[in-house]
Amino acid sequence: MSGIQYLFPEYEVVRNDDRCIRCRVCERQCANEVHCYDEGRDKMFSDESKCVNCQRCVSLCPTRALKIVKSDCRLRENANWDSDTIREIYKQAGSGGVLLSSMGNPKPLPVYWDKILINASQVTNPSIDPLREPMETRVFLGKKPEKIVRGEDGRLVTDLPPQLELSLPVMFSAMSYGSISYNAHASLARAAAELGTCYNTGEGGLHEDFYPYGPHTIVQVASGRFGVHEDYLEAGAAIEIKMGQGAKPGIGGHLPGAKVGPDVSRTRMIPEGSDAISPAPHHDIYSIEDLRQLVWSLKEATGHRKPVIVKVAAVHNIAAIASGIARSGADILAIDGFRGGTGAAPTRIRDNVGIPVELALAAVDQRLRDEGIRSQVSLVVGGSIRSSADVVKAVALGADACYIATAAVLALGCHLCRTCQSGKCNWGIATQRPDLVKRLNPDIGSERLINLLTAWKHEIKELMGGMGINSIEALRGNRKMLRGVGLNETELRILGIAHAGE
Amino acid sequence: MRKIDTVGMDFEALNALLRTTQGDTELENCLGQRFIGAGMGPRRITIRGVPGNALGAYLNGASIEVFGNAQDAVGDTMNAGSIIVHGSIGDTAGYAMRGGKIYVEGNAGYRAGIHMKAYREHVPVIVIGGRAGSFLGEYQAGGVIIVLGRHTDGRPIVSNFPCTGMHGGKLFLRSSCETIRFPDQVTARAAQPEDLEEIRGILEEYCGIFGLDARDLLQAPFTVVTPDSANPYRQMYVPN
Repeated sequence: MSGIQYLFPEYEVVRNDDRCIRCRVCERQCANEVHCYDEGRDKMFSDESKCVNCQRCVSLCPTRALKIVKSDCRLRENANWDSDTIREIYKQAGSGGVLLSSMGNPKPLPVYWDKILINASQVTNPSIDPLREPMETRVFLGKKPEKIVRGEDGRLVTDLPPQLELSLPVMFSAMSYGSISYNAHASLARAAAELGTCYNTGEGGLHEDFYPYGPHTIVQVASGRFGVHEDYLEAGAAIEIKMGQGAKPGIGGHLPGAKVGPDVSRTRMIPEGSDAISPAPHHDIYSIEDLRQLVWSLKEATGHRKPVIVKVAAVHNIAAIASGIARSGADILAIDGFRGGTGAAPTRIRDNVGIPVELALAAVDQRLRDEGIRSQVSLVVGGSIRSSADVVKAVALGADACYIATAAVLALGCHLCRTCQSGKCNWGIATQRPDLVKRLNPDIGSERLINLLTAWKHEIKELMGGMGINSIEALRGNRKMLRGVGLNETELRILGIAHAGE
Repeated sequence: MRKIDTVGMDFEALNALLRTTQGDTELENCLGQRFIGAGMGPRRITIRGVPGNALGAYLNGASIEVFGNAQDAVGDTMNAGSIIVHGSIGDTAGYAMRGGKIYVEGNAGYRAGIHMKAYREHVPVIVIGGRAGSFLGEYQAGGVIIVLGRHTDGRPIVSNFPCTGMHGGKLFLRSSCETIRFPDQVTARAAQPEDLEEIRGILEEYCGIFGLDARDLLQAPFTVVTPDSANPYRQMYVPN
């Protein structure tokens, strides 16, 4: 029985032999070793069973001789037992292992962004043309004063708690060095600096080469505390405590020893080849009071000069959790929705745990307003922000800024093949293999990221202008600008928006 | 030496004052102020009384000596320096510490040395004079933890579940550990002379501080615990 191959390859490599010039680029480019050349027959062959459909060979084939298609050889699936479900059973029956997947939840669960529509001015209030009129996309993240205070001399007291200034309400969210490559980090760091926003180290420490980008870097502190030391904390513009991640709420992280090479080892400050294990909880945090202690220890260690972010996954009782975090002394609360990406997460967790960030955001913003503590924290949301329209909708639902990561790696060339965990990313992003890493040129990578967010910034201005709004400040929490389509009463109530036509 | 009477001073005021002073400093009448010395580089801080949680968090080279007990999270994510406590300490001491040393005269609470790491020349050390609570050395990824069992209340040298998830470093218990249960992924064995040679220097320094004799300590049997693999979870997954 053990010899039977239960799993038929998911993809077919279709090669147009008339077009193929036997240049063998596909063979050299595929780290999964799908393609090979038979000299005797002067022919290229492929082993589809190794193909992950990352499209690297397709993109680099000089004669467009290749395409990868989903195989039409189907299992006998039905509405209950679909092909993926059956395949997963075979994999587990063959290995006894926990299913491990990459990138965000692929299940057809509701994407509320797509069921929310944005308003525009007609007749009764003028829209604004962003090409000719000033439009403010700058935001400041951090605690805001509750009221205006004047000193004895009558002048305004302007010493605010530390703020993070962004030129647009979009940052690159946490991806650790280890899960992504040096060149991917270099691209993000340079783009963030050029754009006037921030990227995020993730929990893998900060590579020594990237310290100059510190003013545009958010340094993360997670349960494993990898690479966390005084210089690291001092280097960042803000410090993020990672309590959870949207793709895998409630569990920790695990970078396999195979990915801990000399450079990752130096940055994480752990021995080469040893597993980097981030325990599920911070073992010193069992309560909001304990979280408060970590927040304040970071503030004390950095002389109260840096805002502290607490990042949590969007889960069922997120509004109550957010209220606690707002009271913990955190300056910024980041909420990561269940469609957020990951370099590796157990499939069952990724696909079944957590809630959509749209609902979490609306619930949290409302709760903090109801409790009169909304100005104590800024709100950042991530977990699949895919476009400028998602950003505008998020801001109107109450966010101060958004985090993007999947969109950012797509800009770098990711094709969402969702096999990051293999470490064989042909696009040089989710890999530590030097021959693969060098495929991502940071000059080009950073330029593509800058292009993406420059385009989004224009679109954000146009969307705002259409509504007659000239600043992010005036859009934030402005839910009257949103309407739902095809949503039920409960969904509309939680989102705090009316149905289209109302 | 500069002296600061900390009576009535909250932790923000105390730490702000500490940050603006240089050189050796003595804190008197300390009563629970948290985060003392957080992130501080080389200097000497002497504390009389009981400092609060997260004493010496992210410590980066300072030497802290406490004449009294300390509370939870001593030396959290410490990078370098030393913390000496002439008393006992609370839970999660040395969480993720990567360098420096924590020497405790008395007992430690839960989860001492959790996720302690080592990296190149950084080899963190925790020595606990008395006994340790449950989950000692949990997720230990590097460094050396030594428990001397000099407590006199007759309780075991360590409570439940020591070394859970351990995947690096070494743990020494001054006991034959017959009644202690260790998890499957570690090896616990009687220490050999060469094992003890590794920690002789540490013990001599410790004994010098607390007025003990290292030779006496080394007379008793030690158990040494090491992990079986630096990659304990490799086989658990199947790519999907």
